Amino acid sequence: MIEWSGLHSALDPFGPQAARVHGLWRFLWIVSLAVYVLVIAALAWAALRRRTPAEADPTPRPAAEVAGPALRTTIVGATVATVLILFVFLVVDLATGRPLTAAPRGGRGALEIEVTGHQWWWQVEYPSSRPDLRVVTANEIHVPTGRPVVVTLTSTDVIHSFWPPSLVGKRDMIPGEKTSVWFQADTPGVYRGQCAEFCGYQHAKMAFQIVAEPAEQFERWMARQRDSARTPADSLALRGQEVFLATSCVMCHTVRGTPAGSRIGPDLTHLASRRTIAAGSLPNTRGALAGWIVDPQSIKPGTRMPSNQIEPDDLQALLAYLESLK
Amino acid sequence: MRGATRALAAAVVLAAATALSACERETRRFSEQPPAAAPVSAVVMSDLQPGPSTPDLPMRSAYEENAWAVGEGKRLYGAFNCSGCHANGGGGIGPPLMDEAWIYGDAPENIFATIVEGRPNGMPSFRGRLGNQQVWQLVAYVRSLSGKVAKDVAPGRSDHMYVSPQEQETRDTTPVRSSTPPGAVTP
Repeated sequence: MIEWSGLHSALDPFGPQAARVHGLWRFLWIVSLAVYVLVIAALAWAALRRRTPAEADPTPRPAAEVAGPALRTTIVGATVATVLILFVFLVVDLATGRPLTAAPRGGRGALEIEVTGHQWWWQVEYPSSRPDLRVVTANEIHVPTGRPVVVTLTSTDVIHSFWPPSLVGKRDMIPGEKTSVWFQADTPGVYRGQCAEFCGYQHAKMAFQIVAEPAEQFERWMARQRDSARTPADSLALRGQEVFLATSCVMCHTVRGTPAGSRIGPDLTHLASRRTIAAGSLPNTRGALAGWIVDPQSIKPGTRMPSNQIEPDDLQALLAYLESLK
Repeated sequence: MRGATRALAAAVVLAAATALSACERETRRFSEQPPAAAPVSAVVMSDLQPGPSTPDLPMRSAYEENAWAVGEGKRLYGAFNCSGCHANGGGGIGPPLMDEAWIYGDAPENIFATIVEGRPNGMPSFRGRLGNQQVWQLVAYVRSLSGKVAKDVAPGRSDHMYVSPQEQETRDTTPVRSSTPPGAVTP
């Protein structure tokens, strides 16, 4: 796994929800392994054992007659064992599924986040009754460790699916409807998530990061995200801001604190604070950003961001500006 | 027998032609530099020309033969809030786009110029704010509103979640009174 993209494995649980899924998986795996070993052993025994004199007799007779009551006992025994095992699976599955979908214990203290799926990126919103405390970002979800997080999911175009396997299982995001899922990260770290419902050309490049950090660090991050973008101090970045506002950037993106307020593409107010760009497709470096601005269609063919013809000087200024959006 | 063979051959040729034209219609050219359309200067803003008067070559926009481009145009039409003034083609603050009245011309290059340069009395200029490819996609969609693109290119259904007839299916629309600039000649 590349360093900037984070953990991504259902076999590596880092929270109670993922641990439940992993527990179910491990139980099914161990029982299935035992059944497999028994079946193969029985098969080997049947193939290798010496024939009884009655079986060696070439006269054709029904199998039940040759094997006697042992055959009947074996078939009934195996059937009962199979039904019993499947029933146990069902019970364990339901016992795992119920707490997975139920609201978290101590739900009042849970952090609420709204995630909206777009082709092909994630809009992340931390709602608040006070507009100045609201936070909007994209493709990177920061959460405090050890606190339940309730995520409300929806979509603006097609069905997507929210899936950070190290923290919780999948949940579909349906246009015009709200679904929800909760998780809790116990250990600080970066966890990768991925769209798990085929949603068009760039479904594979629709990823996100969940950054779990201690509460006070999380609060610092929230405080910074609430700020509007500052007008850059140095002249190159200032020129970059003019380029941003005078070209096609302004048609789709928001930078709070400037006239740019379109909500078609991701909010870029604090772009430089994110680890990745283009929904986890590229690390957030100056070079990747430049390539993405000039020719996104080579990196993510079909993405909604058009290729931009931009003068080299303007591009350098624009990059300086975007890098100042901490 | 010979007649049957000939009919079969004709059917094969017809099927191949249909399939090939369908390919053209369905291609998604994500990263092309717009053809003919590349420079904005391809759009003529004045009737005057040097020397004796010669005919202009009518412009052909490949975007109008491509279903994806028209569909993208429709998406951009909503995204950039064209509907804020033109509604879904029926007009309101701005003139309707689904009728046959064109104040500044209905040719692709006219509509391109309208979007890029803006027009008096309200139409803003999108110069520099939109890539040429996006403008041409919008042009293709705007022309599809009044049935100027092939029927098989126009979207068969709307992308909206509620069911309504698509714009191209709308018939016999009476233009509403629009904000036609005084002095503008309506054909």
